[in-house]
Amino acid sequence: MSSISLDLIYILLACGAGLFMTWGVGANDLANIMSTTMGSKAITPRQAIVIAVLFEFAGAFFGSGQVTSTIRTGIININLVNPEVYLIYGMLAILMAGSVWMTLASVIGMPVSITNAIVGGLVGFGASVLGVDTIHWEMVRRIAISWVCSPLIAGLVSYLLFVLIQKRILSRSQPQLAMKKFLPIFLLGVGAVLSIMVVLKGFEHFGVHFPFIAGFGLVILTSALILSLGYGLLWRIPKASHDNLHGQLVYVEKVFGILMGITACAMVFAHGSNDVAIAVGPIAAVLGVVHSGETLSAATPIPTWAVALGAFGVVLGFLTYGRKVIETVGSGITALTPSRAFSATLAAATTVIVSTSTGIPVSATQTLVGAVLGVGLARGIGALNLTVIRNIFTSWVITIPATASICIVFFFILKASFKLMS
Amino acid sequence: MTSIFNMFGKSPIKPIEEHMSVVACCVGELTAFFKAVFAGDWQEAEIVQQKVSALEHDADTIKRDVRTNLPRKMFTSIDRSDLLALFLEQDLLANRAKDIAGIILGRRMVFPEHIIASFMIYFYRSIDATFQARTAINQLDELQEVGFSGKEVRIVEHMITQLETIEHETDVLQIQLRRSLQALENEWPPVEMMFLYRIVEWVGDLADQAQKVGARLQILIAS
Repeated sequence: MSSISLDLIYILLACGAGLFMTWGVGANDLANIMSTTMGSKAITPRQAIVIAVLFEFAGAFFGSGQVTSTIRTGIININLVNPEVYLIYGMLAILMAGSVWMTLASVIGMPVSITNAIVGGLVGFGASVLGVDTIHWEMVRRIAISWVCSPLIAGLVSYLLFVLIQKRILSRSQPQLAMKKFLPIFLLGVGAVLSIMVVLKGFEHFGVHFPFIAGFGLVILTSALILSLGYGLLWRIPKASHDNLHGQLVYVEKVFGILMGITACAMVFAHGSNDVAIAVGPIAAVLGVVHSGETLSAATPIPTWAVALGAFGVVLGFLTYGRKVIETVGSGITALTPSRAFSATLAAATTVIVSTSTGIPVSATQTLVGAVLGVGLARGIGALNLTVIRNIFTSWVITIPATASICIVFFFILKASFKLMS
Repeated sequence: MTSIFNMFGKSPIKPIEEHMSVVACCVGELTAFFKAVFAGDWQEAEIVQQKVSALEHDADTIKRDVRTNLPRKMFTSIDRSDLLALFLEQDLLANRAKDIAGIILGRRMVFPEHIIASFMIYFYRSIDATFQARTAINQLDELQEVGFSGKEVRIVEHMITQLETIEHETDVLQIQLRRSLQALENEWPPVEMMFLYRIVEWVGDLADQAQKVGARLQILIAS
């Protein structure tokens, strides 16, 4: 068989498996990311769906570059893979393994993370089939540390943030006044996180580099924009009189509701930049090898249409299945007030965005769960089901050997079938 | 598919307020019950006694629901054992109300004419304690909202102090009432007298028990 049509088969397989896997991410994970937002009832399911679609795309396009590169070339040392076609088989196998494991886990009812599946699978497969030397162990070590640290850091940040809100705003005799003082700080904080990542990283992604001053100015400008957007929305909320403590708390929570809505955008953006990137990584690796013939390097640009494909798959999965989760389950729970949801979500979003911007893939879901636990430790949440939380972290441990084994099986199946064809 | 939505358990705060509100209704029905008894309308008294019994049963149902929804693996903002202890104290209030109505109706008890006025004053003060306890318990969701700190805590602590004052007043009233009963001991049938003492004691229990609810609430806030 000619190499052209073989290449076409590789690409089709990569796109097919990639699409299926991203569909799973959208169906399952994207809805999970919205759990705190939906639990707080700060935004309607319809608004949540719009935010999810828009910012998942934005995250995938503007924030995914570093993580995609890590998956494509940062874990397996592609120069040491011999013959190079093994890299194609391996990347195809990991996409298939990820899809199979996600489906299987969904059937059993286990919440799995695509990050654990792809990274864990790649390392396990690479080390056992391609050879221990082909793995960039330094990168693996950094990823492993961040997997442990990201829920911990998010938990610590959310704990401190919520304690601050509790001490400085909620338990004050005039919470409304206290909120007024803190609001610009919160808005600027959220605005800065969003704008630094979207604006600076986004433009960098398209090869536009700003001098420091211009970049700084741009961030200030976008933060100011978000600040005025926040104040614009706040205008309509009626204030309570100074002797009405209960009314003041209601007002404060409504303000946190608006902050929550803006933070939800950051969280979805973080998810897009992390989870879409993880799925696009192997596709980009296959495309890279096919197009460049023999020389894939870290410098080979990631094709934009591969990112688009990943984002499309996630949004499709969300609209076909995840949307229903938000509409049914999301409207059923009232577990968090906006101040709690805001603390947890902002902590998680910041942790994920910082991590992905340095190219380290983390699990957005696990980070968010860590952040929720942080608020729980500050006596912020009525009841948390520890069994569910334990399952989330157990699945993290099981996923790695599971996907690695499935990946190895697929690799040998692919190797054997392509040998027969050629 | 499982989602992490399941990690949010049902908060026990609302049910505990709901439970206390049912308990207070149950105790409150005793007012209508005593009115019927003193008017000698046993038919009406029986209807009210049925209501008391039904409300006590409702309270039990809420308690059972919370217990099943609060497995050990739940991480709650309020310590689980403190929470269950609070439920128990609240529940004993309803039980006591049911006992009072039950025994008076069952024995068709007659009260000496001239203690009725002072008995009612004593009774009203006792159920005031229950209502005060309900008011304090109703602050639980606000307490949760502000994270068990600040001004709200002081408001609730003040409520609990008031509850203690009411309970102390009932103690004083009880001593006076016992004295009046003692003066009647020679002219009233001894067995009937014994049960009158018991009713006086049980009405006092309503205030004592309400105070115990307050004490439990204080532990909850402090922990």
